[in-house]
Amino acid sequence: MGIVSPGFHGRRRGAGVKLPPGQYLTEDFPVLSAGPTPRIRPEDWEFTVTTETGQEHRWSWRELLDLPGETPTVDIHCVTKWSKLGTSWEGVSLDTLLADVDTAADYALVHSYGGYTTNLPLEDLLDGQAWIAYRFDGEDLAPEHGGPARLLVPHLYFWKSAKWVRGIRLMDEDEPGFWETAGYHDYGDPWREQRYQGD
Amino acid sequence: MIDDYEDGNALAGPLSEIFTFDVTTADTRCAGCGRTGPVAGLRVYTHAPGLVARCPGCEEVVLRVVRTPTAAWLDLRGSVALRIPLAPA
Ligand SMILES: [Zn+2]
Repeated sequence: MGIVSPGFHGRRRGAGVKLPPGQYLTEDFPVLSAGPTPRIRPEDWEFTVTTETGQEHRWSWRELLDLPGETPTVDIHCVTKWSKLGTSWEGVSLDTLLADVDTAADYALVHSYGGYTTNLPLEDLLDGQAWIAYRFDGEDLAPEHGGPARLLVPHLYFWKSAKWVRGIRLMDEDEPGFWETAGYHDYGDPWREQRYQGD
Repeated sequence: MIDDYEDGNALAGPLSEIFTFDVTTADTRCAGCGRTGPVAGLRVYTHAPGLVARCPGCEEVVLRVVRTPTAAWLDLRGSVALRIPLAPA
């Protein structure tokens, strides 16, 4: 049981909510960035999935929007310790994008416009756990938040939810990404507080 | 949104834990484009899980520092070499 009694009325939204260890609640949406913000026109945007055998699957912006969209409402947890609850997104499930992709790979390396990368097990992209998101809070996704489209994989620390997503490479072997090669945890489960290597 | 970076002097404090000299006075050569200049002239992105210093010429990453509770991680892959001024031997 939490420190706030269940019968308490009139509490602030989020008060008494259980956060992952070491996190604090924020209402705004901090912008974190490891480099300049890429500006990608939708007509130039494309998303590519490359399998371990080198097979490529491509979607243009129009083709992405033509796929069935979903509207997940999720909590997000940044490794810099802020958490934001009940965020509303619109995007295409990775289950939809990967439905016709023939692969036996265990790992995925996500890459972005601007050069960012992050890695995760392929199974963490499936079963309703991940989306290519193009709207946030009812608006087109702003460039500083990763627009035109970003990965959304909210059950891991938010550095895994790559902004400006450009593609995913499916691989037999795990390959660490941008922060994972500089001391951050390979998996990054906020509920197990996997911030750094060795956590 | 204007890209939110600081100059390389933002590295002075965090790197003073690792180096005995002021690293911002060293010259570095970008592995991406070959541009050479003082570390103080790099563009440092600080609103991130670590410090990311980029070349003002080509925007490639020259240097990264992550401070964990028990270690510092320093990535110099984007730097061909650091020239560190020293007193004559
Ligand atoms: Zn350069």
